[in-house]
Amino acid sequence: MGNMTEKRRLELEKYFDPKGSFASLRMAQMKRAWKQSNRRELNWLENTYIPTLMEGLWLTSKHFFYNLTFHVFHLFGLYKEIPAAVTYQYPEKPRPLALRLRTRHRLTKREDGSVRCVACMMCETICPARCIEITAAEHPDPNIEKYPFEFNIDLGKCVYCGFCVEACPEDAIRMDTNKLDIAEYTRQNMIYNKKRLMEG
Amino acid sequence: MPTLTIDGKQIEVPAGTTIIQAADKLGITIPRYCYHPALPVSGNCRICMIEVEKQPKLQISCYTPVTEGMVVKTNSPKVLGVRKTILEFLLVNHPVDCPVCDQAGECKLQDYYMEHGQYDSRLSDVKVKKEKKAFSIGPTVMLDQERCILCTRCVRFTDNITKTHEFGVFNRGDHSQLDVYPGKQLDNSYSGNVVDICPVGALTDKDFRFKCRVWYLDKTKSVCPGCSMGCNITVEWDKMRPAQLKKARVMRLKPRHNQDVNDYWMCDKGRYKYRFIDENRIQHPQLNDDVILWDRAIDTVAQALKSLKSFNRTDRIGVLASAQLTNEDLFVIRKLFKETLKGAQVDFRVPQPPGDSDSFLIKADKNPNTAGALNILEPDADAAGIVQKAISGDIDLLYVFGHDLIALWDKKTVEQISRKAKLFVYQGSNINDTCNYAHLNLPSSVYAEKTGTFTNCQGRVQRIWPAFLPIGEAKGDWDILSLLSAKLGVPLGYQDSQEIFKDIAATLAPFSEMSYEKISDKGMLLKLL
Ligand code: SF4
Ligand code: SF4
Ligand code: SF4
Ligand code: SF4
Repeated sequence: MGNMTEKRRLELEKYFDPKGSFASLRMAQMKRAWKQSNRRELNWLENTYIPTLMEGLWLTSKHFFYNLTFHVFHLFGLYKEIPAAVTYQYPEKPRPLALRLRTRHRLTKREDGSVRCVACMMCETICPARCIEITAAEHPDPNIEKYPFEFNIDLGKCVYCGFCVEACPEDAIRMDTNKLDIAEYTRQNMIYNKKRLMEG
Repeated sequence: MPTLTIDGKQIEVPAGTTIIQAADKLGITIPRYCYHPALPVSGNCRICMIEVEKQPKLQISCYTPVTEGMVVKTNSPKVLGVRKTILEFLLVNHPVDCPVCDQAGECKLQDYYMEHGQYDSRLSDVKVKKEKKAFSIGPTVMLDQERCILCTRCVRFTDNITKTHEFGVFNRGDHSQLDVYPGKQLDNSYSGNVVDICPVGALTDKDFRFKCRVWYLDKTKSVCPGCSMGCNITVEWDKMRPAQLKKARVMRLKPRHNQDVNDYWMCDKGRYKYRFIDENRIQHPQLNDDVILWDRAIDTVAQALKSLKSFNRTDRIGVLASAQLTNEDLFVIRKLFKETLKGAQVDFRVPQPPGDSDSFLIKADKNPNTAGALNILEPDADAAGIVQKAISGDIDLLYVFGHDLIALWDKKTVEQISRKAKLFVYQGSNINDTCNYAHLNLPSSVYAEKTGTFTNCQGRVQRIWPAFLPIGEAKGDWDILSLLSAKLGVPLGYQDSQEIFKDIAATLAPFSEMSYEKISDKGMLLKLL
């Protein structure tokens, strides 16, 4: 093994030696790469940069006057169907999200407000990031049998694959809270417990 | 000796063998629920139906004896069709609540209905619901009558193996249900076994219930250290959830089949005695309440031993070895304290009150390796004498392996030893009262972290395998001793347990001709002269 790396190192050294027999080969390779990158020489007009400058100025002004006009129209209630500026005033105004987007998890509830999950650990088993941790316990109602005494998801590890939702036989976990902005000061706080997940 | 053909394979078996046994010998698994090799045949589940050529009807393989020239098919279309129908019949009133069922993952009902595509019920009748879902039927077991398929394995177990007759099947037809007899509880000392033999999730273990899903478990073959019977077991531990490992590794113990020792069974005491593997462990070497590094710990003992040796006072070394240690550990103790430090007083026979026992598996001697310790250490001192000498100050260095001296003697004795002895070393896996009085605590590994052998009361040498690495900074017992001997300047030079065992086989007559390969997982008897 060590022998192999040593051999490889010598090969590379020979290849990069500016006076060595590989120097001309290397030049040829570099020239070919240059050609392949599709760059062409600029002509004198382009070299003044003025046309490109004007182009940029035109693009900016176009958007400025377009937005100004339509925002003014919107103020008077006209042309509402034509949108003006495309900037979203996040976080005051969140972006509309696609219906099927996977966002932060929540645990659904039964009619009486208790947790729906039966602690079958299907989600824990399927989770590729191994970020779900469930501790099951005996439910007071023998017909339910099992419930999660603890249910933690480490959102710092979650890859938002949605497998947990797919695996759940009880529709007890969903990723439809539309919450994307999950930020905390500590890693420990990134672990959402049952209470936080049930709050929605 | 009739010869028969099963699925194209020929086999010769003794007369009276049933087809299912012959198939097992060939490695062909015929589905089964009520048949169990250690119980009388009942033949009620009908899942083991097979086709015998020239017989118009299918036969149950668990009750049909083989005859000369029989040609058996276990997978013909006819058999598969019937198997499917029987599964459907078994599932008529079965709740199929696998997500909350502890058996899921090791349930043959689940496996076969997935295999045979019985996903959706074709029946329009409502399943008969029992009055209660799961309820307790004793200190260790819960019963869920809805899941029971009335195979009567548990009934036959309590009728034939423990002879305590707790279970019965009550009512008839659709309403038949399994229960304990009125006023009775399942509380015999082998009750946990009914959970193992129940082919479905009707009987579940209270101790294991909901703790973990079975597919998280890794299984390591081992031997129960609970008594000198040395029942063969598997240690089942959680390898899937590293987050949970902080809490506990071992989830349950299960018996492992060994015809000559425990057959398919184990006692409840042994089954539920595993918490000490993860709880209350000594994690670091400690010198008078200070956590120290291994180097310094070994140095401390080596210094003391060296000075005693140089003054030729090795008789002032007292060693209380233990029959909880493996043969390998004991052999290294012998090497170090009886050869290198010749004259040291070594014994393991501390006065322990005899425990409970019965005529089946449970033995009064609660140590797994008494026979091994006797044959390897060949003790000439006696433990009570060593303790007496330590009290009177005739022992300078007392080395205790895992014994709780306070429980065996009393607090005053240990206080005195602690005051009189120059160095009082406690090497063990778990914290006990004696640790507080020992000058030096050395953390050692438990049986589930060791490679080695135990010798049971029959003189059968049996192997144990390590399930996981020692907790914290703990080390194997012989590991610590060989570090010690290296510090003393007489290294033993063992790299692993196998080398030690080779040395045992070469040195000690009862162990001659033994090797790890030959012992394998069935064990080998000592050669006693
Ligand atoms: S979304 Fe994927 S990674 Fe996140 S908890 Fe669910 S299964 Fe695990
Ligand atoms: S899969 Fe659903 S029911 Fe099962 S543990 Fe996860 S959330 Fe709970
Ligand atoms: S006994 Fe088997 S089939 Fe029945 S619920 Fe349990 S796992 Fe599923
Ligand atoms: S409880 Fe289990 S072992 Fe007993 S009869 Fe029912 S299915 Fe068979």
